[in-house]
Amino acid sequence: MRREIPLIITFLAGTFMLVDFFVPHVVVSGAADEMKQWGIIVIAASILLGIGNLIRVHSKKIARRQEGWIYSIITLASMGVMFAFGGPWGTIEEGSAFNWMFINMQVPLQSTMFSLLAFFIASAAYRAFRLRSAEASLLLIAAIVVMLGRVPIGQFLTRNLPEKATLPWITETIMSYPNMAAFRGILMGAALGVMAMGLRIILGIERSYLGGEK
Amino acid sequence: MKYPLALTLVLAALLSPFASLAEVAPDEIVVPAEIDTVAPAPVTGLTARDYVDNSDAGDKIVLSWELSADDGSGEGDVVAYELARSTVEGETGDSLTVVPAGATRYIDDTAEPGTVYRYTVTATDGANTSAPAISGPVAGRRSFFQPMRLPVLVLLGIFFGMVLIFTQLAQRGAELFVRRIPGLNAIEEAVGRATEMGRPVLYVPGIGEIDNIMTIASLTILAHVAKITARYDTPLIVPTARAVVMSAAEEVVKQAHAEVGKPDTYDPDNIRYLSDAQFAFAGAVNGIMLREKPAANLYMGAFWAESLLLAETGFEAGAIQVAGTAMVSQLPFFVTACDFTLMGEELYAASAYLSREPKLLGSLKGSDWMKVLSIAIMLAGIVLRFAGHDAFVNWFRTQ
Repeated sequence: MRREIPLIITFLAGTFMLVDFFVPHVVVSGAADEMKQWGIIVIAASILLGIGNLIRVHSKKIARRQEGWIYSIITLASMGVMFAFGGPWGTIEEGSAFNWMFINMQVPLQSTMFSLLAFFIASAAYRAFRLRSAEASLLLIAAIVVMLGRVPIGQFLTRNLPEKATLPWITETIMSYPNMAAFRGILMGAALGVMAMGLRIILGIERSYLGGEK
Repeated sequence: MKYPLALTLVLAALLSPFASLAEVAPDEIVVPAEIDTVAPAPVTGLTARDYVDNSDAGDKIVLSWELSADDGSGEGDVVAYELARSTVEGETGDSLTVVPAGATRYIDDTAEPGTVYRYTVTATDGANTSAPAISGPVAGRRSFFQPMRLPVLVLLGIFFGMVLIFTQLAQRGAELFVRRIPGLNAIEEAVGRATEMGRPVLYVPGIGEIDNIMTIASLTILAHVAKITARYDTPLIVPTARAVVMSAAEEVVKQAHAEVGKPDTYDPDNIRYLSDAQFAFAGAVNGIMLREKPAANLYMGAFWAESLLLAETGFEAGAIQVAGTAMVSQLPFFVTACDFTLMGEELYAASAYLSREPKLLGSLKGSDWMKVLSIAIMLAGIVLRFAGHDAFVNWFRTQ
């Protein structure tokens, strides 16, 4: 029964959501919205599991003085400080200490991580565009054309040529036809994969996500 | 008669010095505009029907009409359309709303379900209104089927039928050919390499929530990977960005250890919740890569901008990397930075491919045949559209 009950719940919930897609009656859509709300509540409540895991893993790391244990202290201390200020004085209220720390500490830290992407893109692009094979050469040529076609200098360089020989026009053609065709091909394959996966889950054929296949 | 004339002359003489002040340039003379007394042409083709939306309470009626001949053409002086609604035949009823010129559609979302209405639309040029166009009787009702989704239902029925047929065939022992997917074959190789080097395997199930189908597909692959690592006694680190995913991953890995007969080697501390924040998660995973030096990094699931941050750090750390996602915008990053990449549908095919279970392989073949059917439908649509027959293509419209 440990396995059957989740499978029955999955079947009922999955089938109901499928019905909701085709039946617009307010009773069905209202019930479906209610179920989605339950999902949000369950997910929100599960953050306690995450916090428990975080405290357990990092406490052990500190106790065992494992490599990087000092960062575990910072992690737990940061979490404790945010908790301490967020509980009594609110979290999203303008001027609260929690909000101040979020805006002035967490947001800049995340922005810093995001900005590193520029350097990672440069190094990844360098490797991708190296002339190693015919495909890589094609990629390099297409990339140069598209990059130039997207900036004013591309337009400037080919301003005296007929329209269909200008870099912006070639760029648009590459993006609208070969690129879009590949993009849609992958999307369609993925969509069918999603449907097949959904059917396998609803029918209980796929059950390894519940922990094991038996 | 003499006196008024004399008075006029005296006044003219007295006012003559100021005559120039009273002069008005010819182009400044304001000629009273000709009053428009012509009513605009009425709207035509007014229809009113029950509007079925995704949460249909029977309170919406959609009106559509053809523009007045004086809207944008003709006199071109239509400024608005006045809509009214009545429950009594022959009466204009209460004013409903006014929509600007150019509008040909309006959804009345204040209808009482079951009440029969007649709608009136009149064009106005600000001074005159056209003859009214009156709709037939219409009532909003709560629908049990969204008619616009009929094509989806038909194709879904065909698809599910194909999956079930191939599943049955597979269960009866039919040989189903599945093409080789190098990325999935590489997973075992990557785990083997980590085992030889005595280093852990890092499995990142994306940052999607548990309701994301890519995350579920990732958990099915995790079940397979966890069995291999458990068999080889290789540590498997699973950092997660969602607490529910962490909980599910714990169950999956624990069960995998139990299935290979090594439940005692399961280490719950290797299934880690890091952070819900995207870049905090990326930073933490990068820290794991640099501190614990996993020899194999597997990225399977839903990824966004953190994909390249993870994959490039893994590349710099020298790990063998296999990625899989259906996020098309992230695929180029993974292709560039990883040794193998599962693209789109390959992620969903993984559990069938790896387990070789007949029922799962049947669903894979069903998907393949549905792809063939989709291509056939698209080709038919192209040919028919070129031949001037739009009905086939229009039938597939869902909006």
